[in-house]
Amino acid sequence: MRSAFLLTRTLDRGATVFLALILALAVAVPALNLLAPPSSPLHVPTYVMALFGKYLCYALLALAIDLIWGYCGILSLGHGAFFALGGYAMGMYLMRQIGPRGVYAHPVLPDFMVFLNWKELPWYWYGFDMFWFAALMVVLVPGLLAFVFGWFAFRSRVSGVYLSIITQALTYALMLGFFRNNFGFGGNNGLTDFKDILGFSVQAQGTRAALFALSALAVAGGFLLCRAIIASKLGKVLVAIRDAEARVRFLGYRVESYKLFVFTLSACMAGVAGALYVPQVGIINPSEFAPANSIEAVIWVAVGGRGTLTGAVMGAILVNYAKTYFTSGALAPYWLFVLGALFVAVTLLLPRGVVGTWRHWRAERQKTLAARREAQRAAAAQPAE
Amino acid sequence: MPRLARLIALAFAVGLSLAPRPADARPLEAALAKFAADSFGETEAAIAATAASGDARAATIIAALQEGRLLFDPESRKVFIKEGARLVDAATGAAIGAPPAPLKPVRLNNRLRRAAEAALGGLTLLARDPGKRLEAAQAVFRSRDAGALDALDAAIARETEPRVKRALEEARAAVRLYTRGASAQEKLAAVAVIRGRGDQDALALLAGLPPDTPDVVKAAAADAIASIKGTLALWAALQNAWYGLSLGSVLLLAAIGLAITFGVMGVINMAHGEMVMLGAYTTFVVQEAIRTHNPALFDYALMIAVPLAFLVAGLVGVLIERGIIRFLYGRPLETLLATWGLSLILQQAVRTAFGPTNREVGAPSWMSGAFELGQLTITYNRLWIVCFGLSVFAALLAMLRFTRLGLEMRAVTQNRAMAASMGIRTGRIDALTFGLGSGIAGIAGVALSQIDNVSPNLGQGYIIDSFMVVVFGGVGNLWGTLVGALTLGVANKFLEPFAGAVLGKIAILVLIILFIQKRPRGLFALKGRAVEA
Repeated sequence: MRSAFLLTRTLDRGATVFLALILALAVAVPALNLLAPPSSPLHVPTYVMALFGKYLCYALLALAIDLIWGYCGILSLGHGAFFALGGYAMGMYLMRQIGPRGVYAHPVLPDFMVFLNWKELPWYWYGFDMFWFAALMVVLVPGLLAFVFGWFAFRSRVSGVYLSIITQALTYALMLGFFRNNFGFGGNNGLTDFKDILGFSVQAQGTRAALFALSALAVAGGFLLCRAIIASKLGKVLVAIRDAEARVRFLGYRVESYKLFVFTLSACMAGVAGALYVPQVGIINPSEFAPANSIEAVIWVAVGGRGTLTGAVMGAILVNYAKTYFTSGALAPYWLFVLGALFVAVTLLLPRGVVGTWRHWRAERQKTLAARREAQRAAAAQPAE
Repeated sequence: MPRLARLIALAFAVGLSLAPRPADARPLEAALAKFAADSFGETEAAIAATAASGDARAATIIAALQEGRLLFDPESRKVFIKEGARLVDAATGAAIGAPPAPLKPVRLNNRLRRAAEAALGGLTLLARDPGKRLEAAQAVFRSRDAGALDALDAAIARETEPRVKRALEEARAAVRLYTRGASAQEKLAAVAVIRGRGDQDALALLAGLPPDTPDVVKAAAADAIASIKGTLALWAALQNAWYGLSLGSVLLLAAIGLAITFGVMGVINMAHGEMVMLGAYTTFVVQEAIRTHNPALFDYALMIAVPLAFLVAGLVGVLIERGIIRFLYGRPLETLLATWGLSLILQQAVRTAFGPTNREVGAPSWMSGAFELGQLTITYNRLWIVCFGLSVFAALLAMLRFTRLGLEMRAVTQNRAMAASMGIRTGRIDALTFGLGSGIAGIAGVALSQIDNVSPNLGQGYIIDSFMVVVFGGVGNLWGTLVGALTLGVANKFLEPFAGAVLGKIAILVLIILFIQKRPRGLFALKGRAVEA
């Protein structure tokens, strides 16, 4: 009874439609890829599926950013770090799965460790041969980092641009670290050359279809989670913090606890996104930590519309589709112009983003329509004047 | 004792020069005659005699002997030097038209070659040019050739230049430490001299003493090694401090413009690094223009580039402020994103115009080279950058303090509404402030073009560091930026030897992140109402 109420409160009509769409994609795309013959016009080529699977992972990252930026006013320029950490956790599992099939055929050590002349596995690689452990780490490592970082930052009331800059420093520091060989994560080259996941080959069409479906489901799940938070009382407090932090604090709420909770949750979501991303692209390397990546993720949200979850998902897919379109053709040198212009244009001309602007426009229209109807009714009620 | 030795050596040298002196000729001519005897024994005597003659031509003659250019005429027993195609008289240096008879070269064996070398070393120890004497002394210090001992003694007795004298004494000490014949007392004195030298060479010398060294000397040497190591550590620390200062001044240059825009306007300008890059490319363009049109002016290229870079970057800054940033006041996060977009556009524009590869920016002659201060090696370009950074800082400080524009800028920083009510056109001040900050970034680009690769990514490498400096130093206070930049620079360089460059940098970032927790508004925080604005 109560859960039904929670669901109706969580889902308005737009959200339901969106969710249905994602779920339909999760079923339809893999089905059309696997079942429709390649000659059929309905057939979805595997590379397209893999591409959009990647976009869906970005969409989940965008949701995570939107949750803290759009609803709590925390602009993190380091969310790529949580994404990459989740990715590395998954990558470590995949590395361990290679087993003796590596170039050096060492039963335990991944190739790069043999290459570096390491004799045994570093302690932090223990357990990653088990999927459940890796899956736990995918959530736990980014979550823990975000918790510790947030605990320090929010408690001492670091906010606004200061927080943005130190999150950027965080991901920058991690990037420098992961570039080092003796960190034990493959250095410059990162982790790659994966063979299989849970016994299925990562290259196989079926595995790719399953990963796509999983990514779509993860986006749907993330969307539901965010909706549930936003629709709850917690969500109202978050929005209040975004709009007037000091007032919320004076009203007796522990602002830092709310922020810390939502920041940590968001980092966990980013970690899951990274974990789904790695088997689909087949590599994770330190450049994922680059501050530029994190800022780019923020612009997806801004394009779609911060504070609108559907906007975040759409923005991620749209911008990344545009990026693929531009960088794969003759227009490649102009992509950065487009991306840069996107940053400037969206902040100047479209501060609500695509979805936000549309919603705003519709709300305004409904208001004027209602006002007109009211006027008509009033006019009809007093004809004899 | 050394005095006695010196006297004996002097007497020996004088004796040598006096002994073979016939009444009819200069000592040199008598010596030369022995070269013509065509026997190894006579030649050896001739080398010694030539060296001892004190004649100005002695060094030339022995050098010619070493290279096989010393010829003699068996008939007249005259000696000549072949200089290219010319033939000159060895004794006088006068050119000889045609050789009087077929000439034979003076033959050499290994023993003679060594003798010639030692004699020549001794002769350059007595050369007229103090630089040459110093060089010779250092050569002996390295070779520790026992044969040079007498020459050293003679040279020390004559030497008047303190710098050269010290080098000579060090060389003698080095030789004595490695000669078997020297007494323990002499060796102890030598250790003391070497200890005074106190550098890496001295350490190597003392560490590698021959096994038959007396124990007293060994103990003294061990003691000296410990003391030298202490001195060396001190110098290393000083060198680190200098590197840190130099890095700090680079950071200062890069961050100071950011401090202005961030401090005065509360605007995070992510395109700041690209202003630095524009400045560097301006330098490149100026240099290219000078190279093609007027190479004589090359040394002044940087001086022309500084105002131009200021103008170019400043103009772009004003355009950015008027075109974009002024619509975003009060929305710092959006400003951050918009300027990030701008930085992408600027980078790509430069990449399109100049290509993605590094561009070569030359160093003017007055910025290349280095000098030594004690055991510090200071390169001129770093020295100039430190001076330049500090003078830009001072100029900016003076500008804010003493000019009308500076006054208005401070007024707007402290209370925008009040400043506007007093008739200050805040919009204009904003644009000028932003232009000033960007212009200074452009100047920083001129300096950075001397020590970094001029590529479209130049600015990216500095943006995070500059932010760290500003955040660490505190917003709205230039002194904070100065202290922040120098502290971070020095801390970085001191961490490097322990942790390596990358880990050191990570450690700094982590420390700053922790520091921000303690003092969220930096070292020199603004206080009062301005903070909340």
